Amino acid sequence: MNLQNLGAIDCDMHPVVPALKALVPHLPANWREAVESRGIPGFESNAYPQRAPITARPDWRNDAGEPPAGIDRYRKAVMDRWQLGHAIGNCIYGVHMVLSEDMAVALATAVNDWMTAEWLDADPRMRASIIVPWQNPERAADEIDRCAADRRFVQVLMPVMAEAPLGRRHYWPIYKAAERHGLPIGIHAGSAYRFPVTPVGWPSYYVEDYAAQSLGFQGQLGSLICEGVFSKFPNLKVVMIESGVSWFTPFLWRLTKFWRGTRSEVPWVDRPPIEIARDHIRLTAQPLDAPDDVETVGRIIDQFQSDEMLLFASDYPHWQFDNDEVVPAGLSAISIEKMAVQNPLATYPRLRETRL
Amino acid sequence: MNIALTDTTDKSSVRQATALVDCDIHPALRSAADLRPYLSLRWWDYLQTYGLRSRHGFAKGTPFPKIVPGAARRDAWPEAGPPGSDLALMRRQHLDHHGITMGILNPLSPSGGDQNSAFSAALCSATNDWLVDAWTSQEPRLKASVLVPYEDGEAAREEIRKRAGQPDFVHVLLLSRTSEPLGKRRYWPIFEAASEAGLPVATHVFGYSGFPSTNSGWPSYYIEEGAAHPAGCQASIASMIFEGVFDRYPDLRFVVIEAGFGWLPALAWRLDRAWHRMRDEVPHVKRPPSEYIRERVWISTQPMEEAPQPQAVAQTMADIGWDRLLFASDYPHWDFDDPKFGLPPSLSAEQRDHIRFLNAHTLYGL
Repeated sequence: MNLQNLGAIDCDMHPVVPALKALVPHLPANWREAVESRGIPGFESNAYPQRAPITARPDWRNDAGEPPAGIDRYRKAVMDRWQLGHAIGNCIYGVHMVLSEDMAVALATAVNDWMTAEWLDADPRMRASIIVPWQNPERAADEIDRCAADRRFVQVLMPVMAEAPLGRRHYWPIYKAAERHGLPIGIHAGSAYRFPVTPVGWPSYYVEDYAAQSLGFQGQLGSLICEGVFSKFPNLKVVMIESGVSWFTPFLWRLTKFWRGTRSEVPWVDRPPIEIARDHIRLTAQPLDAPDDVETVGRIIDQFQSDEMLLFASDYPHWQFDNDEVVPAGLSAISIEKMAVQNPLATYPRLRETRL
Repeated sequence: MNIALTDTTDKSSVRQATALVDCDIHPALRSAADLRPYLSLRWWDYLQTYGLRSRHGFAKGTPFPKIVPGAARRDAWPEAGPPGSDLALMRRQHLDHHGITMGILNPLSPSGGDQNSAFSAALCSATNDWLVDAWTSQEPRLKASVLVPYEDGEAAREEIRKRAGQPDFVHVLLLSRTSEPLGKRRYWPIFEAASEAGLPVATHVFGYSGFPSTNSGWPSYYIEEGAAHPAGCQASIASMIFEGVFDRYPDLRFVVIEAGFGWLPALAWRLDRAWHRMRDEVPHVKRPPSEYIRERVWISTQPMEEAPQPQAVAQTMADIGWDRLLFASDYPHWDFDDPKFGLPPSLSAEQRDHIRFLNAHTLYGL
């Protein structure tokens, strides 16, 4: 690990909403009252059970053993320790799970305003993703317009398991707004839980749920390409966050081969999917689902046929690695700099505004 | 320039000297009447009145229209009946032409996943009888799958026991999109009976679990359905490992057909990481998931992976293990792999032999 003096950009860290009451000041009056009168317990997602090992690294948990809230802990554990230049906060509070679109609109707005007050205003290095009420894409686009005025919002965030495959035309108002504002779409592990987490129904164990996140990314990559999202929005970039990475290229081999035989079905996909993905998709590098040997990791990266695909990420506070092993072993100093600085700057236009 | 493509007089003797096992050939009924001799009056009437009902709403065909009629090679249509229904054509066009020494028949319609379990059991049994009478007893190169009503473990066990020891049958066949992850207890009777009978359990892509093919709901296109097939296989392999199936049935061998194979190493790596982190949740799983996969999973090559860097495919094969890959053609379907040209040219003669027949001979005890 050699990040010193690079001003590395952490493309995935998670500000934790400590409790619903932290959002209450940012809710409109009717929802403030509803939280109280209906006894709403909060919208934490079971995608990361609080005590599950993956949810927070042991040395990053608070004294009660819970995932750490607040910027101070992150600053100490990651930002200052690795001398980061910027960090992008992806709040995965369960706004995406809410079934009422009215409630989702109120909550998304509250989370974005809370993020501004508690994180963006607290440290000039912080940046954040816009949480959207994707239950209604038109209203999601309104929220993007509202937040995008603050240049510290650099991305639009959507969980990987949605109400419908994300390429569907239904979601295009979100992509239109994102492209207009120069915001990539970040797709993060997580689910709206509208469908079982696997195509063969609900598994028994949480470990299977977590493993199934990468199945979600496979489906979404297929959907985004096959529906023609990148033909319609040629400047749009999608960042696959906490996806596992090693599934990516083999999936594209298969999709590209199938496309050769079935392209008459999707004529707007006018070049091989693997090439479209290389231009439009980026992946955060934690976790990298591979053995620890340098040769295999090198091969996975080589198979991208591009050194622009990977983005540095800590995935704080999720427990993906120990100590300072945030960068996959065996990467050259040049590759690390590319991943930690140049690729993020190329992916997030808004980061360039304050960087130069 | 003209090349005589059919001038194979010299080579044919060489071809015959080498074995070639095709693990995925699809026989088809000429019509439902082919099953009539094997169905009770009750189920024959039921078939006439209510028809086949998978867990989707389309009375004709499947949710995603295929890219060509019947998903078949255009040259595989016999004079009468659907592709795969004419043994003479299959012999001429496939078995003889490619020098197939053993071909495994995997029927897809009917499948073992009809909504009505009792009807499904009757259909499976009838289809198994038909496979022997119309195919394996007529053509010694062909072997059959034991079709089972896989959503009903007890009925499936009964069907496997009925066929156990009959040399016409070489594996038990399920479709990949079961209604629950395959490691769940409801499926254990299948693994138990297959282990007793010494038969591998094979899963072939497709099937209609009743759940969408992605965990975000239904995609729009056939191309996406095709791309999504490995997802169900990945979830079921994870389930079999984490539910302890491979420990409980130490003789169980699992075969994945028509899902390609590029995804398998990444799955093994991901499951290892997840297991390492969440071992406390599954204390009964004593070994890294990749070890179960390496030892207990066989995988067919079709549709052959193609990568911009050709060596990447061979490297993926090496990751899986040269002793675990099985050649499959998918005859008579449109995405058929030709045994002469389907394998990566860079493979050594020994690697080729493993994929073309040695692994199948070991797996199926030939």
